[in-house]
Amino acid sequence: VSWRAGSLPPVMCAGDQSLFTSLYTSLAQQLPKEPMEWRRSYGRAPKMIHLEANFVQFKEELLPKDGNRALLTFPFLHIYWTDCCDTEMYKASVKDDMLRWQSTLRLDGSVDWLIVVVESEAKKKNKTNILPRTSIVDKIRNDFCNKQSDRCVVLSDPLKESSRSQDSWSSFLTKLRTLLLMSFTKNLGRFEDDMRTLREKRTEPGWSFCDYFMVQEELAFVFEMLQQFEDALVQYDELDALFTQYVLNFGAGDGANWLGSFCAPVKRWSGLLLRRPIDMEKRELIQRGEASLLDLRSYLFSRQCTLLIFLQRPWEVTQRALELLHNCVQELRLLEVSVVQGALDCWVFLSCLEVLHRIEGCCDRAQLEANCSHTVGLWTYATEKLKSLGYLCGLVAEKGPTSEDLNRTVDLLAGLGEERPETVNSLQSPYKKLNEALSSVEAFEKHYLELSHAAMEMYRAIGRMRSSRLIGKSLAEFYMKKGDPERAECFLDDSLRSYVAEGWSLQVTHTRKQMAECQKLLQQTEDYLQTSALLAGDANLTEEERKHFYQVILTFASQPPAPSDQTVALSMAAFAQLRQMQFSPPGAVVHVGAALQLELRVRCLMPVAVQVEQLAATLHFSLEQGGARGRAGGTQRRTGQEPQGQGDGVVLFPQGSSLAGAGMGASLPPALELYEMQDRSPSDSSLNSTGVVCKNMHLLLRRHDSSASLDTPTAGALPRSSVTLSLLVGLSFSLPPLSTLSVGRVQFVQSHIYPVVQYEVYSQEPQLTIEPLSDNLLAGIPQKVKFTIATGHYNVKKGDALQLSNTDSMPILHSSCCSATILSSTGERVGERALSVQSSEKVTSISLPPTPPYHTLEFQLEVLCHIPPTPFKPDIERLTNGEVRHRPKSHSQADSGMIHIDQKVSIDCPWSIYSTLISLTFYVPFKAKHSILSAGKRKYIQVCLQNVSDTNFQLADPVLTERQPTIPTVCSQQSVFCLWEMRWAKHLPLCLQCAFSASFAPVSASDAHTAFKPYRYEFQLDRTLYSLKAEILPSSGDQHCRTGALCGLEVSITRQAEPSETEGEEEESTEIEGLRTTKLMYEVVDNSSNWAVCGKSSGVVSMPVAASATHRVQMEVMPLFAGHLPFPNIKVFKYLPHSAVPAIQPDTDSCLENDTMSLLDKGLDDQGDTASIRSRGSIHSVGSGEQQRGLPMPRLEPFSPGQVFYWSQGRQVLVLPVTDDHVMEVNVT
Amino acid sequence: MLTRLKTQVPLFSMNSYTKLGEKLKLSGLSLASTHSHVIRLGRHNSKMAVCIAVIAKENYPLFIRSVPVQNELKFHYTVHTSLDVVEEKISAVGKAMADQRELYLGLLYPTEDYKVYGYVTNSKVKFVIVVDSSNTSLRDNEIRSMFRKLHNSFTDVMCNPFYNPGDTIQSKAFDSIVSAMMVQAS
Repeated sequence: VSWRAGSLPPVMCAGDQSLFTSLYTSLAQQLPKEPMEWRRSYGRAPKMIHLEANFVQFKEELLPKDGNRALLTFPFLHIYWTDCCDTEMYKASVKDDMLRWQSTLRLDGSVDWLIVVVESEAKKKNKTNILPRTSIVDKIRNDFCNKQSDRCVVLSDPLKESSRSQDSWSSFLTKLRTLLLMSFTKNLGRFEDDMRTLREKRTEPGWSFCDYFMVQEELAFVFEMLQQFEDALVQYDELDALFTQYVLNFGAGDGANWLGSFCAPVKRWSGLLLRRPIDMEKRELIQRGEASLLDLRSYLFSRQCTLLIFLQRPWEVTQRALELLHNCVQELRLLEVSVVQGALDCWVFLSCLEVLHRIEGCCDRAQLEANCSHTVGLWTYATEKLKSLGYLCGLVAEKGPTSEDLNRTVDLLAGLGEERPETVNSLQSPYKKLNEALSSVEAFEKHYLELSHAAMEMYRAIGRMRSSRLIGKSLAEFYMKKGDPERAECFLDDSLRSYVAEGWSLQVTHTRKQMAECQKLLQQTEDYLQTSALLAGDANLTEEERKHFYQVILTFASQPPAPSDQTVALSMAAFAQLRQMQFSPPGAVVHVGAALQLELRVRCLMPVAVQVEQLAATLHFSLEQGGARGRAGGTQRRTGQEPQGQGDGVVLFPQGSSLAGAGMGASLPPALELYEMQDRSPSDSSLNSTGVVCKNMHLLLRRHDSSASLDTPTAGALPRSSVTLSLLVGLSFSLPPLSTLSVGRVQFVQSHIYPVVQYEVYSQEPQLTIEPLSDNLLAGIPQKVKFTIATGHYNVKKGDALQLSNTDSMPILHSSCCSATILSSTGERVGERALSVQSSEKVTSISLPPTPPYHTLEFQLEVLCHIPPTPFKPDIERLTNGEVRHRPKSHSQADSGMIHIDQKVSIDCPWSIYSTLISLTFYVPFKAKHSILSAGKRKYIQVCLQNVSDTNFQLADPVLTERQPTIPTVCSQQSVFCLWEMRWAKHLPLCLQCAFSASFAPVSASDAHTAFKPYRYEFQLDRTLYSLKAEILPSSGDQHCRTGALCGLEVSITRQAEPSETEGEEEESTEIEGLRTTKLMYEVVDNSSNWAVCGKSSGVVSMPVAASATHRVQMEVMPLFAGHLPFPNIKVFKYLPHSAVPAIQPDTDSCLENDTMSLLDKGLDDQGDTASIRSRGSIHSVGSGEQQRGLPMPRLEPFSPGQVFYWSQGRQVLVLPVTDDHVMEVNVT
Repeated sequence: MLTRLKTQVPLFSMNSYTKLGEKLKLSGLSLASTHSHVIRLGRHNSKMAVCIAVIAKENYPLFIRSVPVQNELKFHYTVHTSLDVVEEKISAVGKAMADQRELYLGLLYPTEDYKVYGYVTNSKVKFVIVVDSSNTSLRDNEIRSMFRKLHNSFTDVMCNPFYNPGDTIQSKAFDSIVSAMMVQAS
């Protein structure tokens, strides 16, 4: 069977050859122009097909012999051409010829034939006695196509350009195509049936795959001939699958006899051959049943490849090629075919390159580059195979190939055979490449590197970094074998980094071992030690290996250091893990000079016990601003930062998986560390905002691929001595970002510790606080206050004393038994010492017992605050130390109604040149009020003493008049009322300064100790100066007042008292014609809207300064309502005209002073009080002077209570309603 | 010449040789009788995986087990390299299509000795199953069902409140599922 690509299905033409020759060109052109639908059996989808045919001359010997079903040369259609239009001629020769043709066909069994009668006008004209043309056709139809009249076709004037001619052409072509297709369908169908029958016999003993292969391939050829490449490919795929299945069955123990030939030892491994459409050599081998498995596979693939390239699917070729190669290797293994070692590698290598060459031949560069992902697999496979060949043939060994290797190489090259003629002339054929690569070490290296780099480049281009690194790693292995560690290093490093980054511990270990070897060769001592340390701690290695690497470190460590050498710093991560850190005291807050214990728990990762010579930690000092926040703030922050701290001072360090070893830790994604954050306003610590903060954001958000600095130790200058804390005041220390372990010359450094551990060191100024023992200090009674001295950094020496300036208002009562307690900074009681208090006139000195720094000294003293006389006046106190200060101010507390006194104490402390001012607040337990009850000229004084404190007091000697025999008890929040009547002696002053004094003592105190303390309340009483009488008179003629009617209001003002000497100052009197008068202003005001004042409601009267002088004023008022109405209010004021000059003479001033003096309690300090009064006077004068200048207006001044007596207070007058407009409202319910 | 194909018959895609047999049935050329011989007589004692790996979203192994143990390193390399293809396949599916994406990624890549199959959960946890190339009896569907089983078991592991996501898997239940899928070292 000979068939070449591009063949067409044959159509045999008989009859008039010259006629056919004239029509051949147009026929061959016209036939494929229009597609035909090809309906097919077995449910295969119909397809449109363009038909072509190879028209050959009918020759009997070309007809297939009986039984020969070869499809390739099978004439699918027979055509008989004739242009006979003459009946005579037809009968004479044409008919016989046709009969002969028909009988030959019948003999052959061909039923696909067609008779074409060509008519031409030219021929008809020549013959005059012609029969109607149809008669010839009819005759032929009658003679030959007894039932198939369509087997005879008329073609009219085929060589002319007429519509008739074209019509006949197209109908002819349609007929031709239909018949061709029918023939195809019928013959191919029959062929397929036969083929299937043959296949079903495959279980029979004599069945041969090779024979069947030839049959089915013929079908494939026909499909290819029909340009049905898909169908052709299916044929090969079926053959492929069938063969595969057999191999598998064979592998499963179900061997077929015919497979024996394929199991023969492989003798040739020349690779695929894809440059020919059909590899006839191999085909013949198959045909003869002599093909090896590789031959068959190679041939099958070459055919599939050809068809796929026809189908423009080159990338499927590469994919299938890779599968084929893998599969062949597997199949040979399965069939247990004996193959020379390395032969398969050669075959695969050659095949890979052959496929790649083939693909390169049919694609342009851009296409190839875009489809790297399809070809890279083949490149890699070829690289792998070349590498294993290189190792096999001793081309990688440092010493070069041995004679044994050379023999092997020769054997392998022999199996390649001669180079194929197709590639003999090309410079870069796979055959030449392999030959060259195996010929010398240098050539091998060149080719291997070339392939490796090409594959790596491609992988990188399509983003398959891991695959690229894997090749890089095998390159590194190659370089190591070649004794070229320098070039190996970068590949190893690259791979190692990616494995570490992605956390593949086995790869890390493996690569690291290679790395160690490489570094050892390169004499990179530090790196080598580092890698060794990592390997020594690697749980993936065996105990022996780990010990070996550990020994490497020990050996180095024990070497005497060369003078130039310094210690080697390695990352500690490999050597040991910091597990836990414990502070004692747990808060990790210490004062300067105190000891802070830090307990480290370190896990050794080495396989054996290690003796560590030194352990050092580096501290990072961070100066913390705002020492004012103090310790409390500091500790709060700390607890926030260390959730693991749990308050017991323990910091746990997160551990990577212990199984995976040190390399693993880096790859695990760090857990989110979230903390609550609160933002408080600095002024009142109210919450402004709150949120969650991720503390290790820098770890989470970093780029993952290129975290380079994993194993690089920070080889800075490491402090070798242990840490001494220099005295830094008011700072906090955050702790060790670096810690170091040393073994001999080797140091292991942990460059940072996470979470950040820190402790705080603070320095404190000595501090003195005085606070009451009870909630409130009460004035007037002795009470204890607690002195607390936090010594801070100050060491209280013997002889140090507190100097308290004495104030008269608050004496310090020293008791005999006074002792101080000393507490340590943690609040433990250290001891108790006696305290001596010495008091001189000016200062009280408290000598302190010696106390070490950062301790607390506590003692109590009794103090008493005198109650100043009430009401308090604003004045100035001069402190004993010469400073002028405002006197303790008293304020009324709004809530409790208690008056409190801020008592300042000035203390000189031994640690400071400045005095400390401490303010103590005392509360006055009493509140006193007085009221004057007048009845005409008789006056009663009521004093109300209210206890506003929480303590119960007993009260004694309320003095204003005679002794009171009873001792009232004033309970908390209760009041005591005292009442006195006043009787006027002659010539009493107009006003009287009174003082109420009483003694009090807390009820609770036992009687023996009851020391009554004085309480004073000062007030002023005034004599009645004027009496005021009002009378309402109804309008004339009326008995009663009526609403709406004007009434008279008569006010009479009577002077009650004689003028006195001092009166001139109290009242502004003027001398008019020898009569002293004083001006008064009266005013009628009705607040309750009962009255309307008509006319003038106020006026100024001049009153003579004499007893019983009376002034009457008439006014008119109108009642607005009926009933008993209270009188309208009448007020009287002192009227001071603007011209009045305040005459404050020095003598009067002193007189006033004397007056006051007499009423003052003699117990008070003279100096202080005179000073106060003097200054009061000066203030007064200044004030009036200002008034004088700024306000040239008459002034009104009210009388003090009790100076004016209202006779008509509370009087009512009857007002009758107006009769006319009386409206009565009656509501009946 | 001018002959062209107007319509195309659905083609065989030669993904694997074993798959082909199934497909050929459709073409009307039955190979049924051939198949019947295959599965019964396995030379390999089971049709199972040789290496099973679970890989975290961040591409570090959560679980990896292989048989036989001597070859462990090689499997680790194989699985690790296969991540390249997994990533390629994931990114090949557009973002919009990510929801409908099939979890099973199919054959990642064949090597001479092994076939590597991949599967990606929606949370980007990868499952990789390595099968011996000589183990031809394993069909695509069986691989799929293995992945499904693996996924179910993995979900159970994740549901364990004591399991910290991201940790290596140390679950007996998961272990036994994996063991059942693996070739028992013969």
